[in-house]
Amino acid sequence: MSYILPPFRHPDLPTNELGFARKDYEGALSTLCAGCGHDSISSAIIQACYEMNIEPHRLAKLSGIGCSSKTPAYFLGNSHGFNSVHGRMPSVATGANLANRQLLYLGVSGDGDSASIGIGQFVHAIRRNLNIVYIVMNNGCYGLTKGQDSATADAGSVSKKGHANPFTAINMTALAIEMGANFVARSFSGDKHQLIPLIKAAMNHPGFALIDVVSPCVTFNNNVGSTKSYDFVREHKEATSEFDFVPEHDEITADYAEGSSLDVAMHDGSIIHLSKVAKGWDPRNRFSALSALNNAEQRGEILTGLLFVHPEGRDLHSVFHTVEAPLNSLQEKDLCPGKGVLAQINDSFR
Amino acid sequence: MFVKLNKVNAVKPTNIKDPEYFHKVVDCQYACPAHTPVPEYIRLIAAGMYTEAYMINWESNVFPGILGRTCDRPCEPACRRGRVEEEPVAICRLKRVAADHKGEVRSLMPTIPKHKNGRKIALIGGGPAALTVARDLAPLGYTVDLYDDQKAGGGMMRSQIPAFRLPEAVLDEEVNYILDMGIHTHFNTYVSSLKSVLNKNYDAVFVGTGAPRGRDLPKLPGRWEDKAHVHIGIEFLASVAFEHTHKIGKKVLVLGGGNTAMDCCRTARRLGGESVKVVVRSPFETMKASPWEIQDAKREDIPILNNMPPKEFIVENGKLKGVIFEHVDAVYDEKGRRNLVPTGETTFLEADDVIIAIGQDNAFPWIERDLGIEFGDWDMPVVDRQSFQSTNPKVFFGGDAAFGPENVITAVAHGHQAAISIDLFLQGKHVKNERPSPMTNLVSQKMGIHEWRYDNDVVKDLRYAVPHAAKELTLQNRKVEVELGFDERLGFKEAQRCLNCDVQTVFNTSRCIECDACADICPTSCITFTENGEEEDLRHRLNAPSTDLSQDLYVSDVLPTKRVMIKDEDVCLHCGLCAERCPTAAWDMQQFLYNTAKAGL
Ligand SMILES: Cc1cc2nc3c(=O)[nH]c(=O)nc-3n(C[C@H](O)[C@H](O)[C@H](O)COP(=O)(O)OP(=O)(O)OC[C@H]3O[C@@H](n4cnc5c(N)ncnc54)[C@H](O)[C@@H]3O)c2cc1C
Ligand SMILES: Cc1ncc(C[n+]2csc(CCOP(=O)(O)OP(=O)(O)O)c2C)c(N)n1
Ligand code: SF4
Ligand code: SF4
Ligand code: SF4
Ligand SMILES: [Mg+2]
Repeated sequence: MSYILPPFRHPDLPTNELGFARKDYEGALSTLCAGCGHDSISSAIIQACYEMNIEPHRLAKLSGIGCSSKTPAYFLGNSHGFNSVHGRMPSVATGANLANRQLLYLGVSGDGDSASIGIGQFVHAIRRNLNIVYIVMNNGCYGLTKGQDSATADAGSVSKKGHANPFTAINMTALAIEMGANFVARSFSGDKHQLIPLIKAAMNHPGFALIDVVSPCVTFNNNVGSTKSYDFVREHKEATSEFDFVPEHDEITADYAEGSSLDVAMHDGSIIHLSKVAKGWDPRNRFSALSALNNAEQRGEILTGLLFVHPEGRDLHSVFHTVEAPLNSLQEKDLCPGKGVLAQINDSFR
Repeated sequence: MFVKLNKVNAVKPTNIKDPEYFHKVVDCQYACPAHTPVPEYIRLIAAGMYTEAYMINWESNVFPGILGRTCDRPCEPACRRGRVEEEPVAICRLKRVAADHKGEVRSLMPTIPKHKNGRKIALIGGGPAALTVARDLAPLGYTVDLYDDQKAGGGMMRSQIPAFRLPEAVLDEEVNYILDMGIHTHFNTYVSSLKSVLNKNYDAVFVGTGAPRGRDLPKLPGRWEDKAHVHIGIEFLASVAFEHTHKIGKKVLVLGGGNTAMDCCRTARRLGGESVKVVVRSPFETMKASPWEIQDAKREDIPILNNMPPKEFIVENGKLKGVIFEHVDAVYDEKGRRNLVPTGETTFLEADDVIIAIGQDNAFPWIERDLGIEFGDWDMPVVDRQSFQSTNPKVFFGGDAAFGPENVITAVAHGHQAAISIDLFLQGKHVKNERPSPMTNLVSQKMGIHEWRYDNDVVKDLRYAVPHAAKELTLQNRKVEVELGFDERLGFKEAQRCLNCDVQTVFNTSRCIECDACADICPTSCITFTENGEEEDLRHRLNAPSTDLSQDLYVSDVLPTKRVMIKDEDVCLHCGLCAERCPTAAWDMQQFLYNTAKAGL
């Protein structure tokens, strides 16, 4: 942990379309352990928001408890934030989301926060298709409480103390696909090349978008025998495809190899461009995604990249027919439309 | 985004064992002709260790008190702070802080052997170049004779640099540290024949006679009609310095845009000049004078007029009345060459005295042309740029005499190199192939997880101004020094602006687990992990624009993911955060000391 951060930035760094520099998306100095994967994810979030020209005040960060859930303090210092209770971030996010559907919601959680204490909240948020980008910083342990195995620790994975985990792991991505999530991806904190475009695409997806990011805990789970260490993940990760997110107004300039590529159009005209697509995998097909995950698991590999995407789908607001305007902006005349309207409603029940 | 790997042209891993690699990262030291270890002495100033700071300077640049007031400061435009903030560290004026506040230093200077080594050397000229040769060779046991036509040592530091910039006491102190090393001085002695000196059986001769001839405008109409009121800049300054001239007319015109012109106009203001103007033939932007000297002149109510070449001196009844100037526009052709095109207008400016300060030339009328010393273009001796030896192996040149007018610190650097050559030559060694290597040292600064032996907390902090004495005072007396220097408090604050560029980021490839922590934390986005490639291509793939090609890329060996670590040295703050954030100590902050070789070491 460092105490200082010099105020200087590279003098020639560009600004984005809003005139903001990357610095405007930074947060406080991280207090996590040096080398923690979570810090890299924070940096990827900063970069993605900068590149997506997000207005900082249009975004709300929500988190639970854990080293991972502390990270919202370390990015997007000019955005809204709510650091909630262990495992309860989805409820708070749901409330916030219903009160104001104009903001972009970014949920940040850990494997303990979402797969143990908060798993009930997690699955219901998916089931309801809450409009949120949900990032799980997955290190296979409870980092904040000194590294106990979490529910995503693989069976047989050895912790720093030397014990092999006796229980089977919960696969957050497979669970999300089962529960009906329409955007499910997995990535690695050490691969920003893949992670940044995934975050950008997720921010563009209406409805629940999960990114499960394997994020090594350097202090408690980066030892030999752990399946969430930097070395192990690097050796065993496999990608469904090369992934690129092309916002609506950008031209596709990259030169992709023919034959193995695939474009998925998003609701607003943006495109997810996939190349070097793995054989037998179709990102638009739930079962194909599940079987790709399964097959990789059989081979002992960690499948990364976009796993499943269904660009349409009704999010919670369209189910509830919620009002577009934030609740706090509604005036008395909106909320109490008068006797005539009341009479109409009563009549409809007669 | 998808990079073609071309292993053949990939940049080779940086060889940090090459002393010049890290030396170049210490921008100020690298830019200093004498390679003074700047950050080292600045830290000592911050610690209040002025004597130690002074001695580090004295070793490298011989005249810390003098240079701390007058140096041309090539280090400052190179200073890293100037790349992240508006202005560089006031390196030069910090040197003066060390000199002003130091304690006793004589006992720290080398002792001079009683038993000489039997070799005799003649120095012709007593300026900074020759004095440096004396300083380096006397401690080795050489017998040194110094000849100079002035009444005391120092060369142009005495005759040209005005006392309001450099008090005589400061000059005397530092010149005497050297002369007191048992140098046999022959002042008031003009050498009119090199042959006669060589005939005295010296083992080697060093020529440090400077560039003593001031340029004139001999063909300008009216130039010779009132000679008493038309002066050559350097002759005027010398005449003032040696107390021959005490007065000047009320209206003075100074022709020229270099530092000599600035010294002339400011001197004229102190000798009775009430309306003193500087007139430059070309545009302001191309004036040779240092920006701070121009500023100091303007502060003394001296206007500078530009784009006005002189046309004619107007003299009536043998009495100078003024000068007619043309007006020109600077026009640049396709090749970027400048032409001064007359606009047709002219202006007459009144003057009681005119000072011509348009440059100096070398002149060697006293060197016979049959001594084996070859003369080349512009009638300059042919001198080797590394060894400073002439084509007569016994005769060495340095300072302004070697390659034309420069400045004090360059003369000092030449003196050091010439001293090495003379020492090698007299030991029968090769003056080029057997030159000694620099002394270097690399020491980890780590004291704890986030504690370092240096102050790595970099903050925004604008340059502090050096206080000046009141103008009413300084314009009354040419010997009153204008700059008061930083006091200890200001000196400390300015010292804290130094970024400690000598504390190097040292990368150990085999330790890196590629967690990205260093690249993520680096405030100035210096670090990138990417596939190797050709340098030009690489510079386009870094996390931040990499446009200054003079700044090196530090490239690691290949990492397990087949990528390399690339650090652009350009705007690294030496804050150590990369090393603090690295979980495996693959980065370490290590202080790099680089001392240029000295004669006899
Ligand atoms: C007006 C002016 C202001 C300057 N201000 C600065 C400044 O602020 N900072 C800076 O860094 N530089 C300054 N310079 C430049 C600096 O003074 C010179 O570059 C430097 O002094 C050169 O040193 P040197 O040892 O080569 O010779 P010099 O200092 O020129 O010394 C040569 C000596 O040799 C003597 N000599 C010459 N011929 C003979 C002979 N035949 N026999 C005996 N003696 C002889 C000369 O009289 C002189 O004493 C200034 C120059 C001028 C003209
Ligand atoms: C209700 C409640 N139960 C238990 C805890 C103790 N606790 C704090 S963080 C944590 C686990 C965090 O694990 P994870 O979400 O994976 O975060 P990490 O630190 O690994 O990033 C636990 C159990 C708590 N803070 N609150
Ligand atoms: S304990 Fe683990 S998860 Fe928490 S900051 Fe340290 S490395 Fe990161
Ligand atoms: S010392 Fe390290 S972290 Fe600091 S600016 Fe330099 S490279 Fe970046
Ligand atoms: S912080 Fe250390 S281990 Fe991590 S990438 Fe940088 S040098 Fe490598
Ligand atoms: Mg965890």
